Amino acid sequence: MLADKDRIFTNLYGFQDWRLPAAQMRGDWDDTRALIGRGQDAIINEVKASGLRGRGGAGFPTGMKWSFMPKESKDGRPSFLVINADESEPGSCKDREIIRHDPHKLVEGALIAGFAMRARAAYIYIRGEYIREAEVLFAAVAEAYSAGLLGKNAAGSGYDFDVFVHRGAGAYICGEETAMIESLEGKKGQPRLKPPFPAGAGLYGCPTTVNNVESIAVVPTILRRGAAWFSSFGRENNKGTKLFQISGHVDRPCVVEEEMSIPFRDLIEKHCGGITGGWDNLLAVIPGGSSVPLVPAAEIMDCPMDFDGLKALGSGLGTAAIIVMDKSTDIVRAISRLSYFYKHESCGQCTPCREGTGWMWRVMERLRTGDAEVSEIDMLYEVTKQVEGHTICALGDAAAWPIQGLIKHFRPEIERRIGDKAVMMQEAAE
Amino acid sequence: MVSVDAQAETEMPTVTVDGTEIEVPDGATVLQACELAGKEIPRFCYHERLSIAGNCRMCLVEVKPGPPKPQASCALPATQGQEIRTDSEMVKKAREGVMEFLLINHPLDCPICDQGGECDLQDQSVAYGRGGSRYHENKRAVTEKYMGPLIKTIMTRCIHCTRCVRFSEEVAGVDEIGALYRGEDMQITTYLEHAAKHELSANVIDLCPVGALTSRPYAYEARPWELKKTLGIDVSDAMGSNIRIDARGREVLRVLPRNNDDVNEEWLSDKARWQVDGLARRRLDRVWIRRDGKLQPASWDEAFGMIAAAARGASVAAVAGDLLDCETMFAARRLMTALGSDLLESRQTGMSYPVGNLAGVNFNTTFAGIETADAVLVVGSHLRWEAPLLNVRLRKAAKRGAKIFIVGPYWDTTYAAEFLGDDASILHDLPDHVAAAMQSAARPAIVVGAGGLVAGAHGPALALAHAWNVVRDVDGVRWNGFNVLHMAAARMGALMLGFARPRGIADLAQAAPAVLLSLGADEVDYTRFTGALKVYVGHHGDKGAAAADIILPGSAYTEKAGTYVSTEGRVQFADKAAFAPGDAREDWTILRALADALGVSVGFDSFEQLRSAMIAEIPGLGVDGLVDFGPLPAAESAERAGGTIVYPVKDFYLTNPIARASATMQRCSAELLHGENLAEAAE
Repeated sequence: MLADKDRIFTNLYGFQDWRLPAAQMRGDWDDTRALIGRGQDAIINEVKASGLRGRGGAGFPTGMKWSFMPKESKDGRPSFLVINADESEPGSCKDREIIRHDPHKLVEGALIAGFAMRARAAYIYIRGEYIREAEVLFAAVAEAYSAGLLGKNAAGSGYDFDVFVHRGAGAYICGEETAMIESLEGKKGQPRLKPPFPAGAGLYGCPTTVNNVESIAVVPTILRRGAAWFSSFGRENNKGTKLFQISGHVDRPCVVEEEMSIPFRDLIEKHCGGITGGWDNLLAVIPGGSSVPLVPAAEIMDCPMDFDGLKALGSGLGTAAIIVMDKSTDIVRAISRLSYFYKHESCGQCTPCREGTGWMWRVMERLRTGDAEVSEIDMLYEVTKQVEGHTICALGDAAAWPIQGLIKHFRPEIERRIGDKAVMMQEAAE
Repeated sequence: MVSVDAQAETEMPTVTVDGTEIEVPDGATVLQACELAGKEIPRFCYHERLSIAGNCRMCLVEVKPGPPKPQASCALPATQGQEIRTDSEMVKKAREGVMEFLLINHPLDCPICDQGGECDLQDQSVAYGRGGSRYHENKRAVTEKYMGPLIKTIMTRCIHCTRCVRFSEEVAGVDEIGALYRGEDMQITTYLEHAAKHELSANVIDLCPVGALTSRPYAYEARPWELKKTLGIDVSDAMGSNIRIDARGREVLRVLPRNNDDVNEEWLSDKARWQVDGLARRRLDRVWIRRDGKLQPASWDEAFGMIAAAARGASVAAVAGDLLDCETMFAARRLMTALGSDLLESRQTGMSYPVGNLAGVNFNTTFAGIETADAVLVVGSHLRWEAPLLNVRLRKAAKRGAKIFIVGPYWDTTYAAEFLGDDASILHDLPDHVAAAMQSAARPAIVVGAGGLVAGAHGPALALAHAWNVVRDVDGVRWNGFNVLHMAAARMGALMLGFARPRGIADLAQAAPAVLLSLGADEVDYTRFTGALKVYVGHHGDKGAAAADIILPGSAYTEKAGTYVSTEGRVQFADKAAFAPGDAREDWTILRALADALGVSVGFDSFEQLRSAMIAEIPGLGVDGLVDFGPLPAAESAERAGGTIVYPVKDFYLTNPIARASATMQRCSAELLHGENLAEAAE
């Protein structure tokens, strides 16, 4: 279990004030000038050495991502950092806690990360529904400006850096990095074709890096306590501490900072008071937010909660938003509801996702009630395969995976419903 | 190190397409590479002249090295050593999958769809789709949208390729069409369902790969395989747009643009496209003679007899209209010469700019060339109405950073341009920054429009052209930046054929001819010719016919073969698409018969002889392509520009007799240009 002294987010639950003086008491903005004084390459190397992988879901090494940014502008274009606070993945609620209770970790991280990638400014794109959180963030940024921590000569470092907070309008797809850039530019939130990647041409055509809130907020602490400290947690290739968000059928759902690779059973027992009705009552877990395939109870129980451990189970860590489902769950209905979500949130730009998500949801609804043929399960699986990997962005994949997970692990349950329904219809007809 | 990089950049990458190695131009996409290798790649959203959207996902191919999933070939750059497969199982399945998705919510109402027979979705589903459907849910239906009198919408058929959106944003330069909502509820529409008002709006009909946007005037008229397709030249402006005339029997049903990168690319103005329904209305299909102040039906012999009586021993003059082919004008000129007259004029409204050297009244940069100009001074031209396709070219120049200055009243340019005021005299005292921009430009250009010509701007503009040295060598290629933009399709041909008097039509009026031969001239002030017997040879009962004493029914541009010279001096040939109605004849035969009636010889008995005679006299008219008019003439220093510039076009949709007779053009005019007045009147 992670010791209190090793926690990065010391005000995660809001027991203390979020404002600048209290944040400074907790160690934020402590000699930021010196951190910046280490120079761009030293910061990037430290982050690389820490083994920090992106906390937004894909798990791309953060330091490497920063190093893709141009060292100098050859054509006068500035670089930008975009911070993805459009936390919309069903199950995820970590960025919200950071922003409302510990916003200065994020703002300081923005300055340091922005400096390290030679960005002119950071844009924090915050989810539209986060109204109070946006208020806090606006206030925190304003505090930082008036304390001289941002703006010209930010934090006395000699580096000029601005942070802009931009509120989204409630579209899930705007959490996709290029759709977010489109939305920031004032356009319809639709993902762009890649290449060109944002590091080459992103916001306003300038080199841009898009990072998750958590990835940025942990950076100042990593620099203060050292890469070795951060990488002392977790397994090889899965280093550091992580905010886990456990929801669903546990006694005490919570957001908690733990070390990576903690076994699922430990995580639930220590922080959530166990599964409702005991471990035998566990049906399945969606371990990384709604877009990763579910994992049945037997497989997840002793799995290390990290990128590679869950990948080995055919799922993923995603944002570490763990949705626990006990045996009272109508698993087909649960996945069907997720299908509806993806149908609703598809931007409509490219064909497989626009047409496929609706089709998949409609078949799922019929599978839920058993009003289908058994052969349609295979057809549905084929349709998910026709969507997966054929789209511009990953929303198509995200819509396909939960269904693939369901069919893989709960096919007998779906067939049972179809059989029951057929019997019922038969009886009614007689 | 540097040299290696430079070499790698200029070298053509070699890729392998289905096992065949091929070199592709640097910067080509994988889709282009496949096409070069002779492989057909199905597509819906990709279009050569629009930006790449990559959203239909139909062009998926397998590319190594790369992720283990199919790639959109339209958006992927071809790089050295790529292995591209268009025939693998993965590609086949990907295409089937995308096609299935496109069809699940498509209504499959092909039997009642106007796109049938020329539908990309239909063709490609046959070639790349699965045999049957696995989709048993309800299909999506989309409420109707209104896009104006030209574009008929059935948006349930839309496959969201966004070609129409990209066209209006990128080519037309207006935010008229966009997408609302998201996911499967996404809908293409005009903003608040206003009509699409741009002069090129109907091009989205051609761009739409399915039957979502079809042609309203042509709705349910014909299937494409019923139509006889004839290659023609448009006469609605002086651009010489290349068109295809689709006719069934005697009736022209529609006009489509042909590809010509030098002229109209593959666009066409709404007027050129839809004035043709005017060909069936208000036609002159018999001979008329004015008796007791009223036009009454008559025979050819009576008419010829009257003309012969009036012309005997008296002076004759001829005015050429705006829509004429060169052959008609040449026949008229031969007739006039045979009668001993040189009173020929084509500038109906009284303009008299010097035409001693036609380089001075030609669009010298060419339409394609003006795209590369970096500073342009437009004098008295409402380009969007006088030559909408030229405005598209200027928009491209502006997007590349050209500075554009306009003298004349404000109009919405669709690009950044500075208006310098309405008074033409500003040419003699241009603001410093304008002069500086023009002087420092590498490719400066001046465009003098009809409004400028009337205000006497031709001489001063020519003087500026010489002062700024707009004729120069740029990168070893001659650049001539002086341009005159005419509005009449017949104008350059007429000037080449000598239909110009030193003082314009005033010379004709002064000569007070006994017979005035009006060749489709509908803009002439006939009150200046009260003493003359006015013989109108033309096809529409418009202003010219109303003023005429004798009407001889002629042919419209679709009803005769002919040679046209565009305002950039491009000689182009058109074929005959349909027959003229009733007693109407091809114009040259009327003039040939008139020569007999007048007892003179014109020296040709067939169209071929006429054309050979014309080419013998003016060899330039026999060669398809740009005529070389030689160096730019010196400016006549005496001329001074002055007065408020007035654009001659008052109504884009009603500029010629065919358009004025067209129900579609009248509706466009009423709704798109005077819609607000109508709405007020209704209240």
